[in-house]
Amino acid sequence: MNFIKTIVAAGLVAASTSAFAADITGAGATFPFPIYSKWADAYKKETGNGLNYQSIGSGAGIKQIQAKTVTFGATDAPLKFEQLEKDGLVQWPMVMGAIVPVVNLEGIKPGELVLSGEVLGDIYLGKIKKWDDAAIAKLNPKLKLPADAITVVRRSDGSGTTFNFTDYLSKANAEWKSKVGSGTAVEWPVGVGAKGNEGVAGNIGQTKNAIGYVEYAYAKQNKLTYTGLINKAGKTVQPTIEAFQAAAANADWAKAPGYYVILTDQPGDTSWPITAATFILMHKDSTDKKAAQEAIKFFKYAFEKGGKMAEELDYIPMPDAVVKQIEKTWSAEIKS
Amino acid sequence: MAVQGDVLDSAGPYDRAKALSAFKLGDITFYWITRISAISVLLILGGIIISLIVGAWPAMKEYGFSFLFTQRWAPSADPPVLGALGPIYGTLITSFIAMLIAIPVGIGIAIFLTELCPQWARRPIGIAVELLAGIPSIIYGMWGFFVLGPFLANTFQPFMIRIFEGVPILGDIFGGPPSYLSLFNAALILAIMVLPFITAISVDVFKTVPPVLKEAAYGVGCTTWEVVRSVVIPYTRVGVIGGVMLALGRALGETMAVTFIIGNSFKIQSSIFGPGTTISAAIASEFAESDGLHQSGLILLGLLLFVLTFIVLACARLMLMRLEQKAGK
Repeated sequence: MNFIKTIVAAGLVAASTSAFAADITGAGATFPFPIYSKWADAYKKETGNGLNYQSIGSGAGIKQIQAKTVTFGATDAPLKFEQLEKDGLVQWPMVMGAIVPVVNLEGIKPGELVLSGEVLGDIYLGKIKKWDDAAIAKLNPKLKLPADAITVVRRSDGSGTTFNFTDYLSKANAEWKSKVGSGTAVEWPVGVGAKGNEGVAGNIGQTKNAIGYVEYAYAKQNKLTYTGLINKAGKTVQPTIEAFQAAAANADWAKAPGYYVILTDQPGDTSWPITAATFILMHKDSTDKKAAQEAIKFFKYAFEKGGKMAEELDYIPMPDAVVKQIEKTWSAEIKS
Repeated sequence: MAVQGDVLDSAGPYDRAKALSAFKLGDITFYWITRISAISVLLILGGIIISLIVGAWPAMKEYGFSFLFTQRWAPSADPPVLGALGPIYGTLITSFIAMLIAIPVGIGIAIFLTELCPQWARRPIGIAVELLAGIPSIIYGMWGFFVLGPFLANTFQPFMIRIFEGVPILGDIFGGPPSYLSLFNAALILAIMVLPFITAISVDVFKTVPPVLKEAAYGVGCTTWEVVRSVVIPYTRVGVIGGVMLALGRALGETMAVTFIIGNSFKIQSSIFGPGTTISAAIASEFAESDGLHQSGLILLGLLLFVLTFIVLACARLMLMRLEQKAGK
């Protein structure tokens, strides 16, 4: 369904951009593409100004904004503060998403199975090979798990989802950190790669005894069996909007220069451990001041009125306190 | 009148020269237009090679020839460790299996269509084969992922794994566990994709066999199989091999369909039912979110595919020349 939504949204953006040449241009991450399209559509209806967003990937988005070919760039992995200063860029988080582990196990309902970052890491390292492994059983004393091999599914393409997932594993599992590390594409010790969130979701849906990770929206729309996770505070949490927002609220945005916060493994009793923000990059001193102002207007609109639309697509709006801070950053940093 | 004649007389030779020079000008223009077109191909090809080399240079400097023999692909390691052995192996093995399936089936279809098929069925089957060539590769990819993959993983692969279990070598090649995303699935999709190339070209060249040759063979009592084996195939060998090479070229470079169903795993496994990757699938999967040395490594992979395809085509040419020489003797 999300696939169709994306296509429709892409069509709408394409249609709107062809009508107005002087649109806001942006490029980058694929993960927020559906919500940016939806916001753009609503914004266009209200103001007549369109947005031309090309979802070409975070890495390419960073390159485009550095080369000043677009008004804003979008990336899932934030740039470090020194890098921002070097390029004269401003960065802020725009919207959040969450990543959930999903499984296909007979008789197990969504949320019943509980995993920890340590165990999840060991599964992806290939150290835990069977579902009835003692480490999994210890976390799930009441569940009867099969003595079958675990089919590990992961993304085949480089992606921000993988970046956040592997970042979480690096924080929660020391061996993962030393052997594999985090990145948009990593050296996977085990598992088969499926293309895109929809590919992983499709594969998990069809393969018995499989485990994978997808963005929350895909787990929900495909009715996959998500798992609970044990967070940094040692509490078991379920993937809910509240848990995702708790992770964002507990993050220390104020002290992070350039909003460089990776939202995985945040403190707090109710925080979902694999939450992720997606970021916007703009030049402080833009060559096209008018376009920059238009872009800021659009982002302002998205923060003020876009929250509900984001939730409809299973994204998580930024908490109000963070939005206020971001708006201050705009007026302080971006020259008009 | 006299005046008019004068004009004509004086105008005659002048016009003729002018007309001729106009023709000449046309010829020269035409010559240059075609020449520039031809040269532009070389320029574009050269440009592509140069930009590939420039893009791949950082990776070449970093890894040198060990890039070809390293299996490890760890873009997130610090510093990144990149090796092309996995994708090279995957590219060669999927293309090999695809050709193993597509050549006999493709030529079989061509023989049936030209020699055995009742007249009324020829066009429908012929058009169906050509339509296969017209299907966009992403459709093959999605079909492979949603339809063929599950069928192979649930039915065909378990069957093969059971049959060959315990058999040395074959037991490893057809080893478990079954998977939706595997080298074999990709190879099967490739076989279907390249089939029309082999069939269409074979049909065309089979039609060039003079009927008198075939009739003579039938006349001395040959069976259809014997006519095909001893008359049709030897007569059209060069054309058929050309078609096969075209198909092989496509199989080596095919990207989208393979990317969907190969699983993008850089580790080389003995089992063809395990995930793997090809050069083009690796590039398509990782290029968008890559940077620095990782991206340079992917461009170097592209350069390797270029070289690999070139070698295959050169070998094909060589083989054809040998065959022609042999036929001449």
